[in-house]
Amino acid sequence: MKPAPFAYKKPRTLDEAIALLGENPDARILAGGQSLMATLNMRLSAPSLLIDINGIEGLGEIALKDGAQNGVIEIGALARHVQAERSETIATHAPLIACAMPTIAHPAIRTRGTLGGSIAFADPAAELPACLLALDGEVDAQGPKGKRTIKAGDYFQGLYETALGPQEILTAIRLPAANKDTRVGFAELARRHGDYAIVGLAASARADGKGLKDVRLAYFGVGATPLRPLKSEAALSRGDIDAAVAALDLDPHDDIQATAAVKKHLAGVLLRRVAAQLMEQRA
Amino acid sequence: MKITADTPSALTALDRPNSYIGRAVPRPNLQRLMQGRGQYVSDVTLPRMTHVAFLRSPHAHARIVSINTEAAKKSPGVVAVVTGAELAKVMTPWVGVLTHLKGIKSAPQYPIAVDRACWQGEAVCAVVARTRAQAEDACELIDIVYEELPAVTDPETALDPATPVIHEALDDNLCFERKLDVGDVDKAFANSDAVVEATFVCGRHTGVCTEGRAIIADWNASEQRMTVYQATQAPHMMQDLFAKHLDIEAGQVRVLTKDVGGSFGIKVHTYADEMATVALSKLLKRPVKFVADRIESFVTDIHARDHRIKGKIGVTKDGVITAFEIDDLTGIGPYSVYPRTSGIEANQVVNLTGGPYNCPNYRAQARVVFQNKNVMCQYRAVGHPIAVAVTEGLVELAAAKIGMDPLEIRRRNLFADDSYPAQTASGLKLELLSHHAALAQLDTMINYAGLRTEQKALREKGIYRGIGFASFIEVTNPSAAFYGVGGARITSQDGATVKLDAQGAITIHSGVTEQGQGAEAVLAQCVASSFGVSMDRVRVVTGDTDNTPYGGGTWASRAAGIGGEAAWQAGKALRGNVLAVAGAMLQAKPDELDIRDGLVVDKVTGAERLTLAELARVAYFRPDTLPPGFQAELMATRHYVPRAWPFAFTNGIQASYLEVDTDTGFVKLLRHWCVEDCGTIINPQLVNEQIRGGVVQGIGAVLFEQCLYDERGQMLNGNMADYLVPMAVEMPDIDCGHVVSPTADSELGAKGAGEAGTAGAPACIMNAINDALRPLGATPLTDMPFTPGKILKALGKV
Ligand SMILES: Cc1cc2nc3c(=O)[nH]c(=O)nc-3n(C[C@H](O)[C@H](O)[C@H](O)COP(=O)(O)OP(=O)(O)OC[C@H]3O[C@@H](n4cnc5c(N)ncnc54)[C@H](O)[C@@H]3O)c2cc1C
Repeated sequence: MKPAPFAYKKPRTLDEAIALLGENPDARILAGGQSLMATLNMRLSAPSLLIDINGIEGLGEIALKDGAQNGVIEIGALARHVQAERSETIATHAPLIACAMPTIAHPAIRTRGTLGGSIAFADPAAELPACLLALDGEVDAQGPKGKRTIKAGDYFQGLYETALGPQEILTAIRLPAANKDTRVGFAELARRHGDYAIVGLAASARADGKGLKDVRLAYFGVGATPLRPLKSEAALSRGDIDAAVAALDLDPHDDIQATAAVKKHLAGVLLRRVAAQLMEQRA
Repeated sequence: MKITADTPSALTALDRPNSYIGRAVPRPNLQRLMQGRGQYVSDVTLPRMTHVAFLRSPHAHARIVSINTEAAKKSPGVVAVVTGAELAKVMTPWVGVLTHLKGIKSAPQYPIAVDRACWQGEAVCAVVARTRAQAEDACELIDIVYEELPAVTDPETALDPATPVIHEALDDNLCFERKLDVGDVDKAFANSDAVVEATFVCGRHTGVCTEGRAIIADWNASEQRMTVYQATQAPHMMQDLFAKHLDIEAGQVRVLTKDVGGSFGIKVHTYADEMATVALSKLLKRPVKFVADRIESFVTDIHARDHRIKGKIGVTKDGVITAFEIDDLTGIGPYSVYPRTSGIEANQVVNLTGGPYNCPNYRAQARVVFQNKNVMCQYRAVGHPIAVAVTEGLVELAAAKIGMDPLEIRRRNLFADDSYPAQTASGLKLELLSHHAALAQLDTMINYAGLRTEQKALREKGIYRGIGFASFIEVTNPSAAFYGVGGARITSQDGATVKLDAQGAITIHSGVTEQGQGAEAVLAQCVASSFGVSMDRVRVVTGDTDNTPYGGGTWASRAAGIGGEAAWQAGKALRGNVLAVAGAMLQAKPDELDIRDGLVVDKVTGAERLTLAELARVAYFRPDTLPPGFQAELMATRHYVPRAWPFAFTNGIQASYLEVDTDTGFVKLLRHWCVEDCGTIINPQLVNEQIRGGVVQGIGAVLFEQCLYDERGQMLNGNMADYLVPMAVEMPDIDCGHVVSPTADSELGAKGAGEAGTAGAPACIMNAINDALRPLGATPLTDMPFTPGKILKALGKV
């Protein structure tokens, strides 16, 4: 369990890091290292160079910024999980993230792991990618051709596959700030606290009189990327939970912890629980 | 948390003034370990030390056609690349059989596979290099051509004529078979009012130690001596085995075992890669270090418990158990593990099933078969969790069938507390147990009636809680009956040497070992109490075959009961020797003196006569002032081995209270209780820690842990993310209670406590789950571990 030999560089600027990526096609970015180091130690990957971005200033902030209609929460790529977990800004303006944080791994891992790393890595069972999708957030990336912004809906493309280019660095994620109409729900089922979930569900909606609108459901652990069951979202917007459960069209695979049938069943259970959370906040 | 009173109630020989027996004193090694100053094998670095990494077979069964090591030999830092054939010239193979397991057979096993790999993970080539990383780099350059052979993986078909035989010389895949038929089982079933049958499955799992297996071997050619630093439970056993297979004298081998980070039976076996490390050092004449990493641990540390048992119980309508019958099948990998064999676990299942109950009719069959998976052998509470699951599972299923309360059916069948000595149907001799007292204590402790009321009320609200029990007996303090009589050079006796230093402090050298359970605390307590000093005046030395008395080490819950008794007796003997010196110095009769709290005192009045420091000063530096012809002996050695009983059986009962989420199949453990009887309690805190830790391992078995293999013999979840060990958040509070029935075989009266928790927890949680789901008509769950998927299936939801 020792990694294959690799070179290590710790650039001080984003431009320097991007240049290094350009010069070394099989280099990897090192953020918190909580996912990357395990794959290196197990020799599942053997990059020739690690580009440690922890020395780059200004990538670790969590801030409320002005947005088009409401505010926007901007989370720098290097913000650690623990920072988000303890952030007043997150608690107030991104309650879905606040719900998800304690379920991500364990304190030691949350101390090192970064939100940017989690979104860049895009583990299909991870919480944050699903939250990003449920909140209709965005990803900021910077590469040799400059900066660009990618909508969550376009970002997750396949198993550990994202819209990030090989020479691009994720610099921040952006989420619409919650307002009084915002409703969120979060639930996951993991055999042990802190494990990647067998199946999980992150949800957001807006209160609409007595009902809900703009319901966005994002499942994790049931496919190659976080998945939105659009028909169920529509049914929930109509207030019909049974129809929402019946309309679930997930197609998970068996894995070590559960069969596809169990995952599907649990997805339905979670939908009822999360729907109840969304509705309860309505009062 | 309930801790028994600090002072025992009735005065016994153990109640010396300032006795530590029965007191929850902290461990002497705690500060050192907590400050990170422990010395584990990985902390040891020797001059000229090299590191070995093993290339391991990716196939469950394959012929090794060729090995090309040229590129690897040129890799940076590489000292040597060694194949199995080359190492076979340095070390002889071994065969894991014992004569008292009649008919057991196995094939010769080599330090590194020769010609054929028999499980995924078996070492096929070794690279020795300056660093472990360099050795791993070079492993990737070794080119092996394999010819894949069919893998035998399913025990159910291992004996079919169509199934390939793994070791041709053995004729079939049967390692060991045992049959037992006592009383008249058929008649008993025929006369029963109800007969219940069920098939129980225990998932293959392993003991995950905080510290992986680790060894440094250092062959000193100038002295012709091998020094081995090893994380082992049994240094003297390993000394003997290293010598035997290197074909040198035992005296040429020294095994040093300092701190060990958990063992649970994992570190009491012969591992091919550790034997290879020793052989490599002999070959290369320099120190070689091997530390198993997590990934290789999962495919090489022994696995255990992979059993399928068909069970049957008969009862009358009054709840009298008429007979037990079991048919056990277990697959143990391609080799019976050396030297304890892989037949013991099944043998224990046969011995222990039905053990708590006075039922004369018992029939058992156990078959142990070879397969191409990692080897199985003894892990904490060997066989007990399986036998207890079958027995207690059947008892509660039978109770449900006749509509009797699960505690009541036990009351009607457990051996009566006044019926000892007694013997189980399988022939186990029981000195003195306390099943009924333990049950009564548990009944009160858990407020059983109250729990049932709560359970009923919650069911009406759709909340499904369950209460389950498991009575058990546990093998501890084994005599030579366990291994010695079968020809294994594994000693059941143990020794302690106690010496007074020149300032009046005590050092004890003991043959038992410390793996984190607090054995050193127990030794210090025993010797401090019997000699008469405070514990801070006692230093404990263990784990050095050059310097400690010959002993068995720590396994089978023997350290306190056997090692503790030797320490107690050695302390007493030294007290006698010291009082002889004191008598000579004070012109008093030694038997009118005593040692209390570090002082020689008048036995009757307690008045101080002499300090130990003064006595030591005179004995060591001014022996000329002692009477002519008097020789002070300030070191004493005593050994102890149980002789009156083959094993000191303990007993107890556990209870679990849990809630099943019937939508998700998730189980929430609400509370767990264990009342046990380990005889004299030397240190209640350490006993309770053993019980709690053991229960947690049992919880792992019943809810989380399983080594999953596919049909080609590939382990699917050999890492800490996919193999689920129990973790703190999911664990319930565990309350311990005690009944004390000392063994008369030793003065101390202590039996073992290390395995009781593990023995009973799986059965009791299984019973609680079934109790919770019974009103829903769920099929009883008997296939461990109980994953959410299995529970949902039993509920008909998937
Ligand atoms: C025991 C354990 C349990 C865990 N449980 C969970 C869990 O339940 N849920 C969960 O979500 N996660 C879990 N994790 C993963 C953890 O959250 C990681 O921290 C996270 O997935 C990756 O973040 P990181 O900063 O450590 O990234 P790293 O490990 O440093 O990097 C991960 C990958 O992303 C790339 N990368 C990182 N940052 C950037 C960037 N800014 N731009 C472009 N590429 C980048 C790296 O090159 C690498 O390929 C667990 C981890 C462990 C060790």
